Amino acid sequence: MNINFLNLLDQLPGALAQGLIWGILAIGVYLTYKVLDIADLTVDGSFCTGGAVFVVLLTGGAPLWVALVAAFLAGLLAGFATGIFHVFFGISPLLAGILTQIGLWAVNLMIMGKPNLSVNVNHFRLLVSLRYLQEVIKGERPWYQSPLLTVSLLILSLIAILYWFFGTEFGTGVRATGSNIKMAKAQGINTDFAKVFGLMLSNGMVALSGALLTQYQGFADINMGRGAIIIGLAAVIIGEALLVWIFRNFALRLLSSVIGAVIYFVVIQTVLWLRLDPNYLKLLTAVVVAVFLAVPHWKNKFASLPARNKGGL
Amino acid sequence: MLDIINISKTFNKNTVNENKALTSLALSIKDGDFVTVIGGNGSGKSTMLNAVAGVLAVDCGRIVIDGADVTRLPEHRRAPYIGRVFQDPMMGTAGGMSIEENLALASWRGKRRTLRWGLSKKEREFYCEKLNELDLGLEDRLTVKTGLLSGGQRQALTLLMATLRRPKLLLLDEHTAALDPKTAKTVLDITNKIVEHHALTTLMVTHNMRDAIHLGNRLVMFDKGRIVIDLQGENKRQLTVEKLLGMFENLNDFDEFDDKLLLS
Ligand SMILES: Nc1ncnc2c1ncn2[C@@H]1O[C@H](COP(=O)(O)OP(=O)(O)O)[C@@H](O)[C@H]1O
Ligand SMILES: [Mg+2]
Repeated sequence: MNINFLNLLDQLPGALAQGLIWGILAIGVYLTYKVLDIADLTVDGSFCTGGAVFVVLLTGGAPLWVALVAAFLAGLLAGFATGIFHVFFGISPLLAGILTQIGLWAVNLMIMGKPNLSVNVNHFRLLVSLRYLQEVIKGERPWYQSPLLTVSLLILSLIAILYWFFGTEFGTGVRATGSNIKMAKAQGINTDFAKVFGLMLSNGMVALSGALLTQYQGFADINMGRGAIIIGLAAVIIGEALLVWIFRNFALRLLSSVIGAVIYFVVIQTVLWLRLDPNYLKLLTAVVVAVFLAVPHWKNKFASLPARNKGGL
Repeated sequence: MLDIINISKTFNKNTVNENKALTSLALSIKDGDFVTVIGGNGSGKSTMLNAVAGVLAVDCGRIVIDGADVTRLPEHRRAPYIGRVFQDPMMGTAGGMSIEENLALASWRGKRRTLRWGLSKKEREFYCEKLNELDLGLEDRLTVKTGLLSGGQRQALTLLMATLRRPKLLLLDEHTAALDPKTAKTVLDITNKIVEHHALTTLMVTHNMRDAIHLGNRLVMFDKGRIVIDLQGENKRQLTVEKLLGMFENLNDFDEFDDKLLLS
């Protein structure tokens, strides 16, 4: 049992790294699900798009940063497609996301040329890699080259940028669109534009996350995004459930989604350590998400029964 | 200031649910007019306001605000001209955002939204001062989310937001109907104060005949998508509930009379 437990501890840095990388996807999901009030299923496709674009460019000789930026831009495009399906074609956001997701499956295959493309850490300098993590643990690399640190710094910069953006006049308008669209229109906000913009930004983050996971695991795979939206939602919901009481500021809310993702992967690692069949993990995730989603609904239902504002202002 | 030129709106055209909400409606309002609007349920009052605000596209006719034809403009591009308060207190503010953020959004109504960050001390002071005028104790709750306010507080705040930048037109759609009588009176008093202070051109729909008679300088009554009574000046000043009811009954007699004529 003792040795077994050490086993779990061994796995922990890996779970942390994965959690942080998926945390960037969780930030993207937070932007659509919480800020814009849209459940955007584009994510399952755009996650892989980010990985695919990254691998193809890097192995094709592009510098690391170019490949990363290109992955982000590809995510923006994916979000743009969903946005146009929604505001211009009048398709419900849920369906619009599914349409893009299905379309992206073919696009991702086209980009990669085959269902699985690897990027060898021996031949390319990567931003993050499982190899680097292992080397740091073994003491073969200095601690400051740990992927945990790299991704953490990246996350903090992303949160800082998003915090700035959503505090500007324009960004405040995007938040208002998600909070009360009728009011937003009455205040002269172009809510269609705000929604498209938000969907783009969100999927840019998701694709960036996909590009990082691709480096970390050493390959991009056509199925790597399957169920990503549920993991993202789980991260957002777990983060909110645990931290909503203390994290009120927008930047901290974003951070709580990242923490949610880390917790999710630590829990998954523990479940694996308990030798549960990994095939049931998605079922477990789905049930957990469903229950967490139900809680506010139930709360509302019971709270609204005696709600009446009596007299005075 | 506002010219509504023969607008019509039919919902669910060519179906069994076809519903003529507005039939060739015409109304011209001068700068500074405070018009109260009454009429039965479903007579088309909200539809008219929604048509003016751009929430609904009209089937035909034109809408001109201060010389600018806005008939084809989408809702958000008419916002520079129009301040609005709705019947539902939830609808006027973003519940998940703070009072100061809501006020800031309103202060940018009709302006290009830039990448300028945050609020300045001067802006906060300005909002405080304006909230102080409402006299509801909101001035030291700038960072409170509007979702936590009572219905009356939200309506008062929405009213303030609608007029923070002087609108060419203020549209109030039964904005006190969802409030208890005491709160409704407070909000109505605030409304009257703001409208008079800024001499705002206002259209106020109300279900309360007494309010419609006592407030404003012009009264119109809707029936079946048309304006059937339109009183201003001395006629409006000397109006009483009894007189108004009398007029409405005469009108109905007239309709029946018409029908009889047609049938015979
Ligand atoms: N979005 C809509 N779709 C279909 N019918 C509508 C819609 N809005 C209003 N109506 C109908 O148009 C008529 C006028 O409604 P409305 O303008 O809301 O009346 P009022 O505000 O005077 O009570 C009503 O018969 C109503 O049922
Ligand atoms: Mg109405």
